[in-house]
Amino acid sequence: MTDVGRQLRLASRLELGLTLSGLLLLLLGASVGSTGFESVLQAWSDPLALQIVWDIRLPRTFGAWAAGALLGLAGALAQGLFRNPLADPYLLGSASGASLGVALALVLFGVSPLATEWLVRLGLTGAAFAGAVGAVLLTLVLARGVQHTLRLLLAGVIVGVVLGAMTSLVMLMSPEVLQSMQAFMLGSTGFVGWSAWGLMVLVWLACMAVSWLLSPVLDGLSLGEATAASLGLPLAQMRAALVAVLALATGAAVAQTGLIAFVGLAAPHLVRSVTKTTHRRLIFLSSLMGGVLLMAADVLARGLLAPQELPVGVLTAVLGGGYLLWLMQRSTRSVSGTGL
Amino acid sequence: MADPMSLNVARSALMLAGRYGGNWRWADALMHFHRALAFAMLMAIGAAHAYQVTDDRGRAISFAKPPQRIVSLLPSLTESVCALGQCDRLVGVDRYSNYPDSVKKLPQVGGGLDPGIEAIVALKPDVVLMATSAQVGERLQALGVKVVALEPKTHADVKRVLGTLGVLLGYGETQQVWQAIEAGMASAARSLPAHISSIRVYFEVNRAPYAASEASFIGETLTRLGAQNIVPASLGPFPLLNPEFVVRANPDVIMVGDINFDGLTGRPGWDHIRAIARQQVCIFTPAQADMLVRPGPRMAEGAQLMAQCLRKVLP
Repeated sequence: MTDVGRQLRLASRLELGLTLSGLLLLLLGASVGSTGFESVLQAWSDPLALQIVWDIRLPRTFGAWAAGALLGLAGALAQGLFRNPLADPYLLGSASGASLGVALALVLFGVSPLATEWLVRLGLTGAAFAGAVGAVLLTLVLARGVQHTLRLLLAGVIVGVVLGAMTSLVMLMSPEVLQSMQAFMLGSTGFVGWSAWGLMVLVWLACMAVSWLLSPVLDGLSLGEATAASLGLPLAQMRAALVAVLALATGAAVAQTGLIAFVGLAAPHLVRSVTKTTHRRLIFLSSLMGGVLLMAADVLARGLLAPQELPVGVLTAVLGGGYLLWLMQRSTRSVSGTGL
Repeated sequence: MADPMSLNVARSALMLAGRYGGNWRWADALMHFHRALAFAMLMAIGAAHAYQVTDDRGRAISFAKPPQRIVSLLPSLTESVCALGQCDRLVGVDRYSNYPDSVKKLPQVGGGLDPGIEAIVALKPDVVLMATSAQVGERLQALGVKVVALEPKTHADVKRVLGTLGVLLGYGETQQVWQAIEAGMASAARSLPAHISSIRVYFEVNRAPYAASEASFIGETLTRLGAQNIVPASLGPFPLLNPEFVVRANPDVIMVGDINFDGLTGRPGWDHIRAIARQQVCIFTPAQADMLVRPGPRMAEGAQLMAQCLRKVLP
């Protein structure tokens, strides 16, 4: 009992810590950039400085949080659904689906002068989203539903590999899209505006609500499929709904910011290294963690080489990967690798 | 600042043509007159009328007066602006723009595909010139920055882009700049003997190997010089070839950048290729490669480089 109480306290403390560091990073995010800190000081007098802070730095900082939160949420869901600590949001093929969508869109828009304005605007974002969600649907079809976890996993891997190969083929046929594709695959928070942020937050709220309601099934699943079934939960439907949330959250993040590596995988592990808790709390916490992680990476991406920028995806891998490695070292040196 | 720069470019182009070699003072005077005339007309008309340019996305962008602060995110557009003598209007460039030397001192705002949005906006540009990349363009436009997307890919595009830039910048002598380029190309072609038409060339873009076909910008220059290209236009501008294709086509001359040359002669079967057996391989430095591969105002110099190579290796 005391242990449960301790874990609950830890979880609350982590929530508070993540919220506070989020606010701190928000302040940093508003003041770091190629024009430096002066922009914040002059924002009241200089309309250009105001535009830089209000229309560029704030939406991208908020956007980094929202994208990270979506990926953190998706990561926790994937690891719970597949009962596998190596699962990440891209597991069901959404990353390669999104890449294929973007590659095709680039080729089509590049060639056709008829691509109208709204089509282009919807273009890359829409193509990435459609690709990500389409790939997950394809995985579901191949796995004949969500009942069989292993089959679902395998189908996801296969869809990922095949769509990845098709993306390579598209890039081979039209090498002029190579550079744009590379930019997409590294991920960037630099182009997020208020509308993109708004969209991501709406998706996040919806996904969070559904996950909050359905998370007991993940707790049941962690004790085995039989136990979960014996709890009398409508397992198949709940699982299908959670897969839908997973696809939606990943698709929304990928469409706005490209393939940002590692946030989805690392966020749940970082939370679990601090506290053991139910999935309801875990999903919320790893969402906060993902947001903070990507915000930090975004601030560093802008600040390290200012006025130039680093691709944020490179930094998330270094940050998340480095910390995870350190955790792994620490936990193997102590008793058992329960943290991971 | 504008005058000496533009005169230098125009003058060197004219000297390149070889026609006005002894007469450049006269040409200068004429240009001064033209410029004065164009400026006067601009003051008369431009002040009263807003004007529009249509970019490569098919969008019409209107300007009340010629933009004075320009950010360019594509090296060939940077060079084009400078060729029109408007280098001093550039306030920022992408990290790959390296010519003319004066642009190296300008603030760099990142790559064309991953530019720092904040850095661009902070420069308060009247217009941003860039390739047709949807994401970057939309974001900049949403922030109220005027974007003109131009993506030259062929010789005809270079002429068209110069024309569009001329209208955009309110510069009336675009024709002369193009004619100088045209004359430079023609003199490069004239410098080659007639039997160039039997010479077959392979131009390797990178070691994958991607090649420049007849449909590419580089291929067009080769055609202009009268040489043959072993890669037909039907394969697309930059096809990925099977190395066997090159061995079978047996080119007389190979052109390659020095980054990609290493190991080229040692590829299986390639020692029998005529170009390699007779050591008719031209290796270009990165600076030379820039001239060859950028669809911009230095295409005449690129053609001169290729002609030089062909003259050197041919009997």
